[in-house]
Amino acid sequence: MTTIQHPLTTSGLNYNPYAPRNVWNRAMNLLAALFSILVVLPLITVILYVLYKGGGAITPAIFTELPPAPGLSEPMGMGNAIIGTAMVTGVAALVAIPVGVGGGIYLAEVAKKGWFAQFIRFGVNVLAGVPSIICGLFIYALVVNTRILWGESFSAMAGGLALAVLMLPTIVKTTDEGLKLVSQELRIGSLGIGASRFVTITRVVLPAAISPIATGVVLGIARAAGETAPLIFTALFSPFWPDWSSGLGLLAPTATMSVQIYNFGIMPFAPQVQLAWAASFILVVMILMANLLSRWLARLSAS
Amino acid sequence: MFTHKKRPWAEKLVDRAFIRMTAILASVVSLTVFGIFFTVGFQAVFQGDLSSLLPWNPDSIWQGIAPWNDEETFGVRWGAIPHFGLGFLANSSWNPVRSDYGALTPIYGTLMTSALALLLAVPLGVGTAIFLTEDFLPQKLRTTIGFMVELLAAIPSVVLGLWAMAMLNGFLTVFTPLHTHLGWLPFFGTEPGGPNLAMASLILVVMLLPIITAVSRDSLNQVPIELRQGAYAIGATRWTSIFQVLIPAAISGIVGGTMLALGRALGETMAVTMIIGNSTNLSASWFSPSSTIASLLANQFGEADDIQVSALYYAALLLMILTFLVNICAQVIVKRLALKYD
Amino acid sequence: MTLSIADPVISCTNVTISYGTFAAVRNVFLDIPKHKVTAFIGPSGCGKSTVLRCFNRMNDLIDSFSMKGKVLFHGQDLYGPRVDPVEVRRRIGMVFQKPNPFPKTIYENIAFGARINGLQGNMDELVETSLRRAAVWDECKDKLQESGLSLSGGQQQRLCIARAIAVEPEVILMDEPCSALDPISTLKVEETLHALKQNFTIVIVTHNMQQAVRVSDMTAFYNAVEVEGSDGKVGYLAEYNETKEIFNNPKSKDTREYVTGRFG
Ligand SMILES: Nc1ncnc2c1ncn2[C@@H]1O[C@H](COP(=O)(O)OP(=O)(O)OP(=O)(O)O)[C@@H](O)[C@H]1O
Ligand SMILES: [Mg+2]
Repeated sequence: MTTIQHPLTTSGLNYNPYAPRNVWNRAMNLLAALFSILVVLPLITVILYVLYKGGGAITPAIFTELPPAPGLSEPMGMGNAIIGTAMVTGVAALVAIPVGVGGGIYLAEVAKKGWFAQFIRFGVNVLAGVPSIICGLFIYALVVNTRILWGESFSAMAGGLALAVLMLPTIVKTTDEGLKLVSQELRIGSLGIGASRFVTITRVVLPAAISPIATGVVLGIARAAGETAPLIFTALFSPFWPDWSSGLGLLAPTATMSVQIYNFGIMPFAPQVQLAWAASFILVVMILMANLLSRWLARLSAS
Repeated sequence: MFTHKKRPWAEKLVDRAFIRMTAILASVVSLTVFGIFFTVGFQAVFQGDLSSLLPWNPDSIWQGIAPWNDEETFGVRWGAIPHFGLGFLANSSWNPVRSDYGALTPIYGTLMTSALALLLAVPLGVGTAIFLTEDFLPQKLRTTIGFMVELLAAIPSVVLGLWAMAMLNGFLTVFTPLHTHLGWLPFFGTEPGGPNLAMASLILVVMLLPIITAVSRDSLNQVPIELRQGAYAIGATRWTSIFQVLIPAAISGIVGGTMLALGRALGETMAVTMIIGNSTNLSASWFSPSSTIASLLANQFGEADDIQVSALYYAALLLMILTFLVNICAQVIVKRLALKYD
Repeated sequence: MTLSIADPVISCTNVTISYGTFAAVRNVFLDIPKHKVTAFIGPSGCGKSTVLRCFNRMNDLIDSFSMKGKVLFHGQDLYGPRVDPVEVRRRIGMVFQKPNPFPKTIYENIAFGARINGLQGNMDELVETSLRRAAVWDECKDKLQESGLSLSGGQQQRLCIARAIAVEPEVILMDEPCSALDPISTLKVEETLHALKQNFTIVIVTHNMQQAVRVSDMTAFYNAVEVEGSDGKVGYLAEYNETKEIFNNPKSKDTREYVTGRFG
């Protein structure tokens, strides 16, 4: 009936290591393994490098002193940058978390479909794709250049706003997705006993989704703490401690660890470069901790 | 008898106010997107700050068209878009002395670094994703490797830049033989002697790998096990079923992830700025210093004024449009290619 | 209980299959005759699919799988250390419970298997005959270049049967191939089985007693019992005989109750 030749009946069931397909398969196995090693290798070398070069520079003075003037090697500290990173990320979190969680609630609980929700979702996706340097330029034009914040230009506040723009889509998305995981029965149950939507969402649904949202927020903050591009033209940099007495603490140019890595890393002075590594060390350790913490949170909620 | 108890009006009010508030907060997101496009666009068209939008500002841009003003429009200081027009895209000079600006070099640098990075990162990332979804290693070990790849994504780009600067000399010794043996190729045409475009591409590879690997792994994991069984049942080998069945079934996710990565590569700033050399001279060679739009912004914005600021915003606008289009494409592709399984 | 069958295609000797520490089926002795249809019946979870999957080493895909005993294919140990599972699956094809066409065109769904098996010849002709033998040619002859996923569930399943036939295996294993099909398609597939019997050895799992009676020559009835010290029911081969014997004259009470629908 058919003219098809059947070659199999002649060969045995045994593995033939020289059959082209088997050679090809073994080669591909090897290649895939090699690729995986190549992918993991940079991570390992980066971490080792940072631990080796930065870990050595970590002394108590790092946290309590200011950086040296270019050309000098005393004092060796970056206390101002550590505080500055905390300030800038703090402002960012204070702005982005309420807005992001509120927006997420709107998407997941209020307007699930409809053109406006679609439009907001689209906006979230576009914002997530905006390069971080552009967030910096945007806040520069909006806040720094216009001196809209009490007449001050570069400031921790401006830096925080730029980071907030960056964090916003992450927080909206994690909230949206976290809330979607909450079972519909819980909502109906709460509404069914006469609770208002406000009470249902804030007292029942949000607590049930708190762990994925918290995970996303922790990761978002950790990522923001390491961002540099949005800060170089907003928070700028400063060799001094934040000045709280004059009332300009948050409204003055502020050093951050990430900008310090950039500024000092490209300087030709060894102490500065070492401080760049020290800042890298602190950032990387912090980010690793945040990731482990979020994993732990996720596992906690799963069990 | 039951009496119908009305909800207290306060509760109703709280409810409505709360719903309103979430809607407003959600609109902030879209407003921000709009604000970014508007601001960057504005700064690319006009010199001067945003406050010149206010009609009562002495520098207001409206004075030219204001009915009460019959003077000339000398107050309006036009920016880079009216000045340079589309020629900006084709002009390779970036000359603050003559105020002659064109973005050809950074555009070339942006596209070239991203293309090179994707060229390397896609096979590496997809290969790793396959490795992590096949049963070569015990599940525990695979999860650990997957977690490590995710960690790589969390390392700040400025730290990777610092690391790349420390590794530069090592890589230069790798690049040098390429130049000596293949120097007749324009891409290898110059002696590698410092920060360069190739190095920037490599650091981009490191940054893209986690995205591509994670997204590809997830979409490969979502391919129904029945498809793999089907392929095996007709006598396909492991790699035949990977190439002919699993990858085609996961292609929407893989391509989507690649586009996402491309969006990241185009806009990546710090690591690239630290290692690309920030030269605005156009060179085809991968071993000569170059710049990308993002690195140009990071490197020059601080010292720029007047028309140069506007030119930088023009470049920023181009970058935004580029990443915007890439991200839209990513979403469309994912929707288009997505296979429907129940 | 062991039935002597001359020149069996597949022959199991004391086969016990476990997932992790949990034994799913144990002590199976079974000979599959050549060019006949053998049906596996029995209550859910008694290990029919498990036994079927171990005939073409499909269980290799499951991490926790382990097997004791011997499965011989024409006298050759399928689980011998030097055996290539890919070769095994080229001889022993499989059709699954859930239709699983590849995300390719209908044409490619058929041609793909033939090509990787190194079959030479007129591919168009092969596609047509395979689809005809699986009784789905009429429904898809006009849309060969459309995706296999564009067919209905029943058509997809017959496409999968065609796909399995196209690589010309010696044995075709079918795990509840008709459970997703309407009665008409089911009848078509059954007719197909009758025709295929001339050239292929077929093992089919079914929950449909009438189907077993209609299509099969031999029937194996599996059952499951609680076993002390185990965390679930363990399956075993309760009775194996010619189909008419199993249905008209079963030896054990369980079998009688099962085939008459009074199984508790
Ligand atoms: N991949 C697996 N991992 C662990 N246990 C499994 C796996 N597949 C099947 N089992 C277990 O093995 C036993 C037999 O399963 P099997 O699928 O062979 O039953 P079956 O007779 O085909 O049932 P059904 O008629 O419902 O298809 C069941 O207890 C099942 O839970
Ligand atoms: Mg089954």
